[in-house]
Amino acid sequence: MNNLERFLSRSVQSVPPSGIRKFFDIVSEMKDALSLGVGEPDFVTPWSIREMGIYSIEEGHTHYTSNFGLLELRKEISSYLKRRFDLDYPNYRDQILVTVGASEAIDIALRSIVNPGDEVLIPEPCFVSYKPCTIFAGGVPVAVSTKSENDFKLRPEDIISKITPRTKVLILSYPNNPTGAIMTREDLKELVDVLKDRDIIVISDEIYAELTYEGDHVSVANFPEMKDKTILINGFSKAFAMTGWRLGFVAANEIFIKAMAKVHQYIIMSAPTFSQYAAIEALRNGEAEVEKMREEYNRRRRYMVNRFNKMGLECFEPKGAFYVFPSIKSTGLSSEEFAERLLYQQKVAVVPGTAFGECGEGFIRCSYAYSLETIKEALDRIEIFVKNLKYPNESQGIQKNSMVVEQ
Amino acid sequence: MSIEVKVLEILEQNPKLSAEEIAIMLNENKENIEMIIKKLENEKVIVKYHTIVDWEKTEKEVVEAIIEVKVTPQRGFGYDAIAKRIYKFPEVKAVYLLSGDYDLHVIVEGKSMKDIAHFVGSKLAPLEYVLSTATHFIMKKYKDAGVILEDGEKDDREVITP
Repeated sequence: MNNLERFLSRSVQSVPPSGIRKFFDIVSEMKDALSLGVGEPDFVTPWSIREMGIYSIEEGHTHYTSNFGLLELRKEISSYLKRRFDLDYPNYRDQILVTVGASEAIDIALRSIVNPGDEVLIPEPCFVSYKPCTIFAGGVPVAVSTKSENDFKLRPEDIISKITPRTKVLILSYPNNPTGAIMTREDLKELVDVLKDRDIIVISDEIYAELTYEGDHVSVANFPEMKDKTILINGFSKAFAMTGWRLGFVAANEIFIKAMAKVHQYIIMSAPTFSQYAAIEALRNGEAEVEKMREEYNRRRRYMVNRFNKMGLECFEPKGAFYVFPSIKSTGLSSEEFAERLLYQQKVAVVPGTAFGECGEGFIRCSYAYSLETIKEALDRIEIFVKNLKYPNESQGIQKNSMVVEQ
Repeated sequence: MSIEVKVLEILEQNPKLSAEEIAIMLNENKENIEMIIKKLENEKVIVKYHTIVDWEKTEKEVVEAIIEVKVTPQRGFGYDAIAKRIYKFPEVKAVYLLSGDYDLHVIVEGKSMKDIAHFVGSKLAPLEYVLSTATHFIMKKYKDAGVILEDGEKDDREVITP
C-alpha cells in the first residue's frame, strides 16, 4: 500500500482534528436539528460597514496594501485602543500590524517567539487553536487547568507550578471562549505580580473584549510593567460581526511587530484591502452598532443562564464572549455522551467541554449567537432531555403502557 | 437608558415574551416588569401589540395606496379637524401631517384598486376643505415597520472549526 501519510510532518500528524467538527457534520444532514454550536455572531455586519467595503471596490481599491496594513487603518486602531481600553500604542506605524483575522495573529505571534522546545502555558478550557499553533511553531504546549470554583479565572497558583526554565510564553484569552470568564483588574494584578520579573511573554487574545457585560474590559497590557512583554491580539470578527472579512490586528512593542511582520509578509503579504477599508468605517462609526449587539447578547445570556440553572444544570454566570458553559455533572454523563445523546434524542447540537481541553469534562458549551426563538426552542428540548435522564422510569412506564395499547 | 425604554425595545422586537422572560433578560424582578408594562399600557405609551403580516404570501387580496391630500386649514382648528374627518373612515390606515408639497399623507387599504378609487372619488375628494388628491398605489413592500419582508438574510452560517 502506498502509505502517503508517512510523508506528513510529525507536527501535523501529532495534531488531532478539532473535536467540534464531527457533531456538526451530523447536524448539517439532520433534518430539524437545532445548533447552539456556531462561534460567530448571528448578526450580519452592520450595513454602513458593508457599504464601505462595496464602495472601496467600486473605487478600484483592489491592490495590495502595505504589508503592515493601510496606514489610515493602523492609525484608527491606535486611537480605538486608546479610546476604548486605555491602551497606548501611539507609534502606530511600528506598533500595529493588520492580520488576516486574529487567527493569523496567534500563529505569527507564536512563530516569531517560540524556539523548538520552548514551553507555552495554555490555560484551559480554551480556544482550540492555541495548542496546534504552538506545536506547528515547534513549541511544547503545557496545559494549565482552570477551575469552575474560581469562575474559570486563571489564578497565580495555577501557573506557578507549571513554570519551568523553558517557559517562554503564556497565552491569555479573556473574555474566554468557551467559558465566558473574564479577568478583572484585581485578578490580573495578582497574575502580573507573578509574571513581571520572569522572562515570559504574554500573548493576550482579546478578540471578545467588546463583548464584556459587566464592568470594563481590562488588558494585561494596561499594566505598565507588562506592556512591553505583551503581544495584544484583537480583531473585527466578534465585535463588529465581521467574521467573513478575515481581519484582525496585533499591537505590541516595535521589536515584536517587526518580527511578526517578517513572517506575515512572506506567507500572507497583506490583509484583504476592501476588508481594511470596511474596518476603518467600523472603527469610525460602528460603536453604536456594537453597543446594540452587546445589549442583545446580554439579554440572551441572562435568559440562557437562567434556563440552565432552572433545569438543574448548574451554570456559572459568564461575564463575556457569547457562550455559556453549564455543568452537566449532575446527569452522570460524560460531556461527549451528553452531547451525542442530546443530538440523537432531541436534535440539539452543543459542543462537549472536552473539545477545549481535558478540564472541560463535565461541561458543555452553548453559544447564544442565535435568535432568541432558536435559543428558546433549543433550551426547551434540552430541558426535556435532562428530565428524561433524571426520571427514566417515568418515561419507560409511558413506553410500556403504549406498548400494551398497541397489542 | 431607563428600564422603561429597555422594556419597550424588547417588546417592540417581540411582544410575545412574558414579563418573567423580560425580567430575566434585564436582571430585574418579575413584579417590577409587570408593573412597568401595565403602566406603559395605561399611559398609552404601548398603544397596541401589532403583527406585521406580509399579505402577499397569503390568499387574501389587499391593495394599499398612499394618497397625497392638499387641504385648506380651518380657522380655529388648523389641520386637526379635517384630519379627524379623514382618519375616521375604516379604509384609512394612517394619516400624517407633512411639511412640503402637500399636507396630509393618507394610507388607504382596500380589496381592489377599484375599491380604493371609489373611496377617493366618493368619500375623500369631495370632502369640504380638500383641494386636491393624488393617489399612488403601493406595488410592493420591501420593508415595513423596520422589518425587511423579503426572505433574504436567513441563518446560513456554516460550522467552521476551530
